[in-house]
Amino acid sequence: MPRRSDIKSVLIIGAGPIVIGQACEFDYSGAQACKALKEEGLRVILINSNPATIMTDPDTADSVYIEPIHWKVVEKIIDKERPDVLLPTMGGQTALNCALDLDREGVLEKYNVEMIGASREAIDMAEDREQFRRAMADIGLHTPRAFIAHSLEEAWQGQSQIGFPVIIRPSFTMGGSGGGIAYNKEEFEDIIKRGLDLSPTSEVLIETSVLGWKEYEMEVVRDKKDNCIIICSIENIDPMGVHTGDSITVAPAQTLTDKEYQIMRNASLAVLRKIGVETGGSNVQFAINPVDGEMIIIEMNPRVSRSSALASKATGFPIAKIAAKLAVGYTLDELQNDITGGSTPASFEPTIDYVVTKIPRFTFEKFPQADDRLSTQMKSVGEVMAIGRSFQESFQKALRGLETGVDGLDEIVDQTSSEDDLEDLYRKELRLPGANRIWYVADAFRSGYSLEKIYEYTAIDPWFLAQIEDLINTEKGLSGKIVDTLDADEVRFLKRKGFSDRRLAKLLDSNELVVGNLRRELGVRPVYKRVDTCAAEFSSSTAYMYSSYEDECEAEPSDREKIIVLGGGPNRIGQGIEFDYCCVHAAMAMREDGYETIMINCNPETVSTDYDTSDRLYFEPLTFEDVLEVIHLEKPKGVIVQFGGQTPLNLARALEAAGVPIIGTTPDSIDLAEDRERFQQLLIKLELRQPPNRIAFDVETSAALAEQVGFPLVVRPSYVLGGRAMEIVYDQEDLARYMKEAVKVTKDSPVLLDRFLDEAVEVDVDAICDGESVLIGGLMEHIEQAGVHSGDSACSLPPYTLSAEIQQELCVQVSAMAKALKVVGLMNTQFAIKGDDIYILEVNPRASRTVPFVSKATGMALAKVAARCMVGQTLEQQQCTKQVIPDFVSVKESVFPFAKFHGVDPILGPEMKSTGEVMGIGKSFAEAFAKGMIAAGGVIPKPGTVFLSVRDNDKKGVVDLARSLHAEGFNLVSTGGTAKVIQVAGIECKQVNKVKEGRPHIVDMIKNDEIVLIVNTTEGRSAIADSYAIRREALMHSVCYTTTLSGGRATCMAMSHREIEDVYRLQSLHSH
Amino acid sequence: MPKPAILALQDGTIFEGSSIGVDGIISGEVVFNTAMTGYQEILTDPSYCRQIVTLTYPHIGNTGVNGEDEEAVDIHASGLIIRDLPLRASNWRSQGSLGDYLVNRNVVAIADIDTRKLTRLLRDKGAQNGAIMAGDNISTEAALDAARSFAGLAGMDLAQVVSTENSYEWSNSTWSLQSGYQQRNGSRFHIVAYDYGIKKNILCMLVDRGAKVTVVPAQTSAQTVLEMQPDGVFLSNGPGDPEPCVYAIEAIAEILQTDIPVFGICLGHQLLCLACGAKSLKMKFGHHGANHPVQNLDSGEVMITSQNHGFTVDENSLPEKLRATHRSLFDGSLQAVHHIDRPAFSFQGHPEASPGPHDVAPLFDHFFELIEVQTNQVVSARKA
Repeated sequence: MPRRSDIKSVLIIGAGPIVIGQACEFDYSGAQACKALKEEGLRVILINSNPATIMTDPDTADSVYIEPIHWKVVEKIIDKERPDVLLPTMGGQTALNCALDLDREGVLEKYNVEMIGASREAIDMAEDREQFRRAMADIGLHTPRAFIAHSLEEAWQGQSQIGFPVIIRPSFTMGGSGGGIAYNKEEFEDIIKRGLDLSPTSEVLIETSVLGWKEYEMEVVRDKKDNCIIICSIENIDPMGVHTGDSITVAPAQTLTDKEYQIMRNASLAVLRKIGVETGGSNVQFAINPVDGEMIIIEMNPRVSRSSALASKATGFPIAKIAAKLAVGYTLDELQNDITGGSTPASFEPTIDYVVTKIPRFTFEKFPQADDRLSTQMKSVGEVMAIGRSFQESFQKALRGLETGVDGLDEIVDQTSSEDDLEDLYRKELRLPGANRIWYVADAFRSGYSLEKIYEYTAIDPWFLAQIEDLINTEKGLSGKIVDTLDADEVRFLKRKGFSDRRLAKLLDSNELVVGNLRRELGVRPVYKRVDTCAAEFSSSTAYMYSSYEDECEAEPSDREKIIVLGGGPNRIGQGIEFDYCCVHAAMAMREDGYETIMINCNPETVSTDYDTSDRLYFEPLTFEDVLEVIHLEKPKGVIVQFGGQTPLNLARALEAAGVPIIGTTPDSIDLAEDRERFQQLLIKLELRQPPNRIAFDVETSAALAEQVGFPLVVRPSYVLGGRAMEIVYDQEDLARYMKEAVKVTKDSPVLLDRFLDEAVEVDVDAICDGESVLIGGLMEHIEQAGVHSGDSACSLPPYTLSAEIQQELCVQVSAMAKALKVVGLMNTQFAIKGDDIYILEVNPRASRTVPFVSKATGMALAKVAARCMVGQTLEQQQCTKQVIPDFVSVKESVFPFAKFHGVDPILGPEMKSTGEVMGIGKSFAEAFAKGMIAAGGVIPKPGTVFLSVRDNDKKGVVDLARSLHAEGFNLVSTGGTAKVIQVAGIECKQVNKVKEGRPHIVDMIKNDEIVLIVNTTEGRSAIADSYAIRREALMHSVCYTTTLSGGRATCMAMSHREIEDVYRLQSLHSH
Repeated sequence: MPKPAILALQDGTIFEGSSIGVDGIISGEVVFNTAMTGYQEILTDPSYCRQIVTLTYPHIGNTGVNGEDEEAVDIHASGLIIRDLPLRASNWRSQGSLGDYLVNRNVVAIADIDTRKLTRLLRDKGAQNGAIMAGDNISTEAALDAARSFAGLAGMDLAQVVSTENSYEWSNSTWSLQSGYQQRNGSRFHIVAYDYGIKKNILCMLVDRGAKVTVVPAQTSAQTVLEMQPDGVFLSNGPGDPEPCVYAIEAIAEILQTDIPVFGICLGHQLLCLACGAKSLKMKFGHHGANHPVQNLDSGEVMITSQNHGFTVDENSLPEKLRATHRSLFDGSLQAVHHIDRPAFSFQGHPEASPGPHDVAPLFDHFFELIEVQTNQVVSARKA
């Protein structure tokens, strides 16, 4: 049955900003879906608020709308575009919930838009906890004993039937948001309240805990003729109790016999049929009692998911692409399996002949107040996947791919501690898992714990524990050995277990280069195997590869001219989808220009690791060793390191030293920009200004250096990304604390002291240089003043307050620096502007986080232009010499994970904390900013009472803001000092108690929903600590709040655009 | 340290690995199976007689072995080739390790070789004769000799090699998680099953549907079977080439003269087709896996099937009285036929799965539907 001829146009809803639980896997699936449907000649209409996505590229869909994902906005798009159908299953929970809203509000009916892929009934049955339980009972599948509650009272009733511990799962939330495990009454009440609050239907499920049961996932695809196939089974190493997104997982399932596997397979198919997923991909999660194999079903998602992205990468089967085709009427047997070059159909079950390991990446170090124990609510921000021919090989590749400084199962426990201390530590870390449990498992083996004991503590299947134990025993066997005495067989034996050169170097008290050289001299080199969906049963024309220490290499490198692009590795705060976007664009441009493009990356969520983004894909960790081996094999003309963020840049020097042709800006130029002293010399030569600064190499001299610079200071360790451990200190005492507690300052890792430019306006400029001429990509004026990390600040393109002269001068300075640094490719500059003075804060000769945003705002694909510069095309040859200044305004707004981390202070500062971004587009700044706020999940305050409380430096500025707010009809309340200033200016303002001044105080007002907007600026540790409760309550009560005065002003401007009136098609904006 | 082992192929390729079974040398046809689960079922499947099976999934032995997952009493594969025997088996049903199982059953097996390289070789060159030699005194020449002197499977009648010597009754139903295997005294219908190398699960699935099952040796004559007054005759799977099994082809032809429903699987399917006048062919490397899509040509439905065959029926040779009903979506090869004027049909793959997906199980129901129709007709004829 070919595709439905009645469908001419389709609307796809994206997933919006990257948040914990919903990352770039939905760009991967959405982009695939768009491509697949365009291929069918359908008109594809797309809405997504996230500009850093490939799916929102103007040529991915016919009409792209970068607008807030809200049913009212989507209705406007439907009204304009009149799509025949809506495909809601590609954009995660966000898209699904929005589709349900559209249906409930009657929009779909009104415009006669059919929902394809999943029906409203199917979504409801899968997502509504009670309906789902009943449906499962109907088909004879067990679910854990559970009770539904819509109130705290109902919850207590349920709990009394179950006891403790209990699992709490809110309905219709993603990533287990708002859920958790309660071991006592206090935790229970806490989680229930939060869960009820976060569930759009105010519904939670209180469930018997099956902690410690084995956990599995099945990825299933079904077509409208009821053909069902399993794409992949996944087994979690971390058993039940840890969210699957936070678990180390392995594909395929390892510890099931065929009989047990088939029970699960049958159940998965039965679930899809019962739920009524008509077409497309779904995932079904199971728990299995390790004692007797009893199987219960945990949940199912009637849409593509993070797991389906993983399953696609793990098998080579493009689930989202196939799901999109099925949704428009095809059946599985009519579709081809691309990986085998179309020689086999899509209606089969992939079989694999390797082991895939996924390990999540966490960022608890960014949120020290957060509870770092893993639970049913997802907390990781990224993941790495690795492929190997054995579990050990794939597991150890994944460990080093994490880029958290480990090369394998590095020791993290001090083995000299007393036996009792060790026991206490292991009991805690193994039983209540945190981010590092697997390393504690390894250390417990080192401490002599038995496998049985570790199993008792962790419930990790003995099969996996035995593998880890063997790795530790192998490591022990190396103690006392000398590197030169190893022979080829020994090295080969170790490499087949996945040990990296660096780990071996550590174990042998040597260094990576020595081990690497020895290994190569002994002829122990990896080979590359293909991911082919069929375990080599059919030949594969697709070059999707992974390394392994085996006999036969299947890489078959060509003799074409090649460009290798190094990707960005696992997502983390500060390095995410924006860089993947740049890598994908670089690969596209090089491919368009006739080069063979080769991608190396290890992040399964991304578009860059889609097998057809580049000509060849090596799914490998981004370490020196792994990258160099690919380069040795492929012998590229050039390697691009400047698009993948800090990850590939960190490799640049070593790769260059190893003779690798790095193209674009040279590693030396990169160093020139990053090395404080060299860079300072350059600026002096160019007569450009920097804030006063010094470098402290030890604690003792830091006080005197600080005195020379003058307070307040921005302090940070050198060479960091995302502002790790960056702080603003206001006095010597504060500085002393920072130097002692926050960082370990040494000769090799000094601390940078910069004068903090208070109240300065910050500006980001992205530019491209071909070595001689410079193209300004765009100027972005930050809304938050200097001091807030640029990745966290909202910004406007074009600038909304800067004079033309200042803008002109910024461009001149950028040009001067780009030329002086001999930049070939992208360069990002951060300026601070105080009055008429321009200061250079930072220059990064590489792709920046803002490149996709600027590209969307200007219509110029900066990364592509830059990549072409790197292979020698001048800007003039590319006809890209003129800066594009759009006639509309684009605002980038950041999105934060604070709600996921209970107890964390949602204050902005020099350390980056946002996970993602959205873009608002408008005819005016006010309109664009309002859209940005709404898209980021914020609310534009309705008429009511505003709370203002500002630090002394902002007292002057607060009056204007107060006046504007008053004029908009808001009532004002303030704490003592601020109230006085406002009252003195003749504006009506009530005084309210600070928290420590007695009750009723401001937090009471927030809790009573009496406040609609909070402008609360603070400085100094004690003031920040005092106002913590205000920010946290505001967050929990969804009250609009800002921690900067400029944010308050912008919010005030946005009031005029409370309702979104107009939606803009990106392609039409660009064609102006 | 494990002892060394080598695998030699007729084309001269040598793989060096380690022994995971007993010392010795064995030869056979080297084939690969891409199923990721079910190694114990595969090893004990009589259809693997004289074959050395390569399992493409690298870790084999993860769940150990148990008394429930065997398709026959013995291991029938001549040898086993895998990438890695895990350090530890883990499963609540496990009763021992795969390594011990191989040793106790006297099987020669090799691990730690690049099984993907081997698979690609078999895919490109076709199934190869080969030999595994394991132990301390390995000789490449001896292994190569053994590989090259293996006669191959074409023209080999292996059904009578693996078939039961005596008839017996079967009364176990299929395994379930809750209650394992159960005894059932089926009385609804009597089915006589020819054992050409039958897998246990086929018998269980017949019992599940209420049949009394009598298993008879491969060479049992049609007359003997008909004297047992069966309501249905089942033709089992089995190893080797169907062509030399003349006794079976003749017996089937005779049974087809009656109106007794006949259902054949795998070798049974080939024999049924041959009995109707079709021709069989040796395939390049056969179908061995648990992920093969097969399409029902009438309904368009696609089923994921378990497959294990090195010979196939040439669809072009089908006589008019046989209608092709299913085809493989991998290579378009014939997967099933139905007789146009007899209640007889057969399937090339494995509806009994074990290992593999259960999608094709409804074919057993079809067999019973045919039996039911036939029985009712007989009853009404008698009444009339």
